[in-house]
Amino acid sequence: MKLSMALLSGVLFGFGLALSGMTDVNNVIGFLDLFGDWNPTLAFVMIGGILVTLPFFQFGLGKIRAPLFADIFRLPTRTDIDGRLLTGAALFGIGWGLVGLCPGPAIASLAYLNVDIIYFCVAMMAGMFVTDFVDGLITEKS
Amino acid sequence: MPDAFVMALAGGICIGLATVFLMITLGRIGGISGIVFSAAKNHVENLWAILFIAGLVLGAFLFHVNSDRPIPAFDVPMPLLLAGGFIVGVGTKLGSGCTSGHGICGIGRLSLRSIIATCTFMLFGFITVYTRLHGGAT
Repeated sequence: MKLSMALLSGVLFGFGLALSGMTDVNNVIGFLDLFGDWNPTLAFVMIGGILVTLPFFQFGLGKIRAPLFADIFRLPTRTDIDGRLLTGAALFGIGWGLVGLCPGPAIASLAYLNVDIIYFCVAMMAGMFVTDFVDGLITEKS
Repeated sequence: MPDAFVMALAGGICIGLATVFLMITLGRIGGISGIVFSAAKNHVENLWAILFIAGLVLGAFLFHVNSDRPIPAFDVPMPLLLAGGFIVGVGTKLGSGCTSGHGICGIGRLSLRSIIATCTFMLFGFITVYTRLHGGAT
């Protein structure tokens, strides 16, 4: 049951990504070209998403004691703004601007069976694992 | 409103509903970079994450099968593709999230960390694209 819920959520997410135009890098680059020839379309994706998540997290979630198929809600607990967060977000923004793919659309675009998208996803995973590995080394030392 | 705006809004609502559904059923944040990493790192423990990712691909496939929207063109030079992918991987791991985790869920939670992260990656995205397209760089 738990696994079918995860699959269902993924399907809805992937469907939404393709429907919204987020899997089209030309759309994404057009949206990120704010200081040039701006295409505002994709701003509506974030508006649509937040239109759902904001009322849910602010008013709905508190009324539910526990998830239906898990013991607890795993919500992020950190509130500090540190250099790691800012550097990471800045790097992510640069990578996003270079190609036009962020992680969700990159994975969903694997459906298009384009070998270049597979290369992008492999490079992205490599970036995550290298960061995690270096993190491990730093934690071990300290 | 032009058709593309309506589709973007509807797609965004689907994404929002998918993250709410994931939270209600499994108690997990629908942040793709985090889900992808946990699926790859501990696939035995995180079987749910692998199924979520399979769903992500299947969902995009189902959309294109049922709509007349063509499959988007993707023509990015290889070095740029690999560098961009790697930087996205490093950045999302270091910054604990991407467009979905910080942008859609974090802003919904009114998390200051996520709001600042989202403003930061958007700003750097804007600057990068401006530099590439209008900065005289080839």
